[in-house]
Amino acid sequence: MTTPHNTREPLIEVIKPGWLTTIQDLGRPGYQQYGMPVAGAMDRFAAIVANRLVGNPDQAAVLECTGQGPELLFQQGTSLAVTGANISPTLNGRAIALWHGINIRQGDRLAFGPRRVGFRCYVAVTGGFDVPVILGSRSTHCPSRTGGLEGRPLRTGDHLFHRALDQAIDSLVGRRLPPRLIPTYDRSVTLRVVLDVRRHLFHESALTVLVNSTYTVAPQSDRTGYRLNGPLLARKETLSFISEGTVTGALQVPPDGQPILLMVDRQTTGGYPPIATVISVDLPLAAQLGPGDTVRFVACSIAEAQALLRTQSHLLNTALPPVPAIRSLSSP
Amino acid sequence: MPVSPKEEALFPRQLIPMGDSAVTVEFGDSIDPTVNALVIAYAKKLLEQGWSGIVDVVPTFRSVTVHFDPLQWDMASLTDQLRVLPCPRPSVTESNSTLHQIPVLYGGDYGPDLDEVAAYAGLEPSTVIRLHASVQYRVYMIGFSPGFPYLGLVPPQLAIPRLLTPRPRVPAGSVGIADRQTGIYPIATPGGWRLIGRTPLPLYHRTGSTPFMLKPGDRVQFRPIEQDEFEQLSRATTDEDHRSQQ
Repeated sequence: MTTPHNTREPLIEVIKPGWLTTIQDLGRPGYQQYGMPVAGAMDRFAAIVANRLVGNPDQAAVLECTGQGPELLFQQGTSLAVTGANISPTLNGRAIALWHGINIRQGDRLAFGPRRVGFRCYVAVTGGFDVPVILGSRSTHCPSRTGGLEGRPLRTGDHLFHRALDQAIDSLVGRRLPPRLIPTYDRSVTLRVVLDVRRHLFHESALTVLVNSTYTVAPQSDRTGYRLNGPLLARKETLSFISEGTVTGALQVPPDGQPILLMVDRQTTGGYPPIATVISVDLPLAAQLGPGDTVRFVACSIAEAQALLRTQSHLLNTALPPVPAIRSLSSP
Repeated sequence: MPVSPKEEALFPRQLIPMGDSAVTVEFGDSIDPTVNALVIAYAKKLLEQGWSGIVDVVPTFRSVTVHFDPLQWDMASLTDQLRVLPCPRPSVTESNSTLHQIPVLYGGDYGPDLDEVAAYAGLEPSTVIRLHASVQYRVYMIGFSPGFPYLGLVPPQLAIPRLLTPRPRVPAGSVGIADRQTGIYPIATPGGWRLIGRTPLPLYHRTGSTPFMLKPGDRVQFRPIEQDEFEQLSRATTDEDHRSQQ
């Protein structure tokens, strides 16, 4: 299970860890029946694009940086892509473009500045970050200290390793996501939701309130979920609710009526009924919200939600085709 | 246990879409061993189909949540399939499920709410321990945190509401009661259940070959132990941790 790190040169030395920087891939599905949260990149679209820009398969491990980015010193050359939130990335003090493949030389320094738009940014390197695979994934789930670097965010002085490739890949310089596919992030967004069919659990007013109100992401929000401040969604209190499986994007309503938007580190089961669920294609926009940002909700059909996702996937695959799984020297 | 085709049946079920990439299949509206046995049998049957694009199958008290890849399945065709998937008639006797004996040191620092549970029930703490350890519990579901079992039902005399304000940190291994359920906290988390004891055994072992001790449908019986045995078992667990990390 453990990779013999000491026999290889690190790729990166962490000079500053940033506010919350973790190693993530597309998550740890398959173990929810044992209560294991899925975790993974909050913004899957940005993580997938970052990987494709550096020649990685979609599930390679990337860094997820939150609000305030890290400072990283490269001890080897590689290629790199930064996607997602714009928190003013720089290479050796000079601004670099997001959604582009970039060549890195030994001694280069990647740093970040002020948060401009979005909240979570992704850094991919060719080969992907190498940490032990736990239950099929390299993702960090901090609450259970599982995966990533000892189940925790990066710290100053950490060394990050990457998975060496057994074949050279074509130069990636100049690779970029076509501008029309770059998502537009905003500090106030409208998210499309599928309404839950169990209307009888809520007062008639609750749905009207949900689609006619603006909610603010509360400070006590994290990768587990966002507490949303705004008008209350009234439950019919006479009905108790038996815990059931939860989904990412669900708007859970606790007895006090203040909704919680469940995100990727969510518990696998929950005892609050969902009133609606954010559609998959809009979850990346939700992932880019930080405390104080605002959100509105609009209803959408399941068929429409699935069609939107298929269209997005088709457009991305046409512009940046998926990379087949890499054969690597460092792991099977 | 093999199930012959004639024993399979279409139990009534309700399909509840959860967004665009999950659907919950509901078999009842109560916490009941018969309903839960059906839930677990259905989840097992579904996993055995090996359908591509089924990402996670999560059995809970009275329903199964099926997470799927929305690029591989549209909701309508998946719900059609789930509605007609035959399900083995489950055995309610559970004679073939795994029985785990879990040692617990009750009371003291490890069970800070034992005296309060006893007072609430009007019983001696020793009687609370005896009653709690007298029952073979069913693992109705795993949730809340990795490996956390929801066990039931606790003898009615021991039913007690959750704390009004949850503790910010419940230590790993803590055994708690909430209403007629009992459970074990596999990792340190916040928690509002009344804590009556602690087990030295790990329910979630990140790097172990069997990371999760329990699965839905298993049975659990608690065995009261003393401080000496607790420390001995703790040391054995720690040694095993060291070995598995080398």
